[in-house]
Amino acid sequence: MKPAAKFFKDILKGDKSAVARAITIVENDSDYTLLKKLFPFSGRAYYIGITGPPGAGKSTLVNAIAKLFLKRKKRIGIIAVDPTSPFSGGALLGDRVRMADLALNKNVFIRSMASRGSLGGLAKKTKDAALVLDAAGMDYILIETIGVGQVELDIAQVCDTTLVVLVPESGDSIQAMKAGLLEIGDIIVVNKGDREGCERLIMELKFAFDLRNQLPGWSYPIVKTIATEGYGIEQVVSRIEAHQAYLNKTGKFEVLRKEHLFSRINELIEEKIKNKLRRRLKSQPELKKIIDDIYSRRRNPFDVAENLLKDSGIVP
Amino acid sequence: MDKKIRVLVAKPGLDGHDRGAKVVAAALRDAGMEVIYTGLHQSPESIVEAAIQEDVDVIGLSILSGAHMTIFPKVLSLLKKKNAQKIIVIGGGIIPADDMKKLKKKGVKKLFGPGAPTTEIITWLKENVKPGKKKRAQTRKKNNKGL
Repeated sequence: MKPAAKFFKDILKGDKSAVARAITIVENDSDYTLLKKLFPFSGRAYYIGITGPPGAGKSTLVNAIAKLFLKRKKRIGIIAVDPTSPFSGGALLGDRVRMADLALNKNVFIRSMASRGSLGGLAKKTKDAALVLDAAGMDYILIETIGVGQVELDIAQVCDTTLVVLVPESGDSIQAMKAGLLEIGDIIVVNKGDREGCERLIMELKFAFDLRNQLPGWSYPIVKTIATEGYGIEQVVSRIEAHQAYLNKTGKFEVLRKEHLFSRINELIEEKIKNKLRRRLKSQPELKKIIDDIYSRRRNPFDVAENLLKDSGIVP
Repeated sequence: MDKKIRVLVAKPGLDGHDRGAKVVAAALRDAGMEVIYTGLHQSPESIVEAAIQEDVDVIGLSILSGAHMTIFPKVLSLLKKKNAQKIIVIGGGIIPADDMKKLKKKGVKKLFGPGAPTTEIITWLKENVKPGKKKRAQTRKKNNKGL
């Protein structure tokens, strides 16, 4: 067998070295050849997102959830994203520290990813890495975002079920009513449930969710956990399964997946156009003079941008 | 696209002194590398498994417990067994000069003693590691295009 064919087969078999290498390739290259070949084999895994503020216990929760799925003989892929420094370009990826229990299990594959400039809580290539794990035969893919604030919501564009993890210190009912993070949670997890203020937060969350438009057939569950001790994890997993069943029963699963695919096409187009136009702008022979002209108000940036678009043939 | 040097920093064995490992991890991060930090008490098996899944270019081990003559060779042999010997192994800690020589012969690429400035580690890594391996020449060309 040729090395390329063997490599491809090994990925599909779930061979860890091959999968790891494939993720590196999709992370570093803007060439989609490998992804195109893998795509037909994807779509079987169920995607679970775990998001929440820094220090909420996301990694510990992922670890605990994965352990439960493993007991049920499932294969788990985990992608944990941590931020890239906008100053140095470097990153410290520390989510594995909380997942030491899983390190040697043959049915788990863990990959840490740096966000590399992406602002939505994931790395730009997280979806592609997940596609590799999907094609490699994982049953569940757990995706952990960076520690988020209020608007890093990309995870909901990738996952079937999204968990928002909060801690008793996360705020009051006004925080819970604001737009953003809580809106993407299918399940709300209040972790560190042994801390003071936990019951109050749960009450305020319930109040906030009562005010929200409820979906028929799905009432957003709020689950209390102590992830370090495994407390509440069974319930989290049963809520995930209930959500999966709800999506399937109502036909929403297909709708959701199709929406995700639509936004994926959009992203790819945007990326291609943006790169093309950027290159075009940078290669303008008189770029320096154009900028000088704009600076001294002889020209304006609006016309320059419009002309560039016209010349590119993308916009008539 | 940008290719980053990926380094796994691990603290094998029983001693709990991870300050040095953390200092190095932070310095490499600040030098623009992607550092996977795995924490204390890692077994050679879990270090090698993590290195493979993370597809790192380098494993950096911090050993202060005196177990270096056991742990480094074990990591190297596991890498070989898993057909991952392309991953460079380096280390730091309190390691006598004689042992350093022996370990280098066994395949540990570089060892840093106490007091080694982090800049020395960074410089060494930048000179000796080709991130993403084979494709470096191509990347260079792309980068040189500039404006």
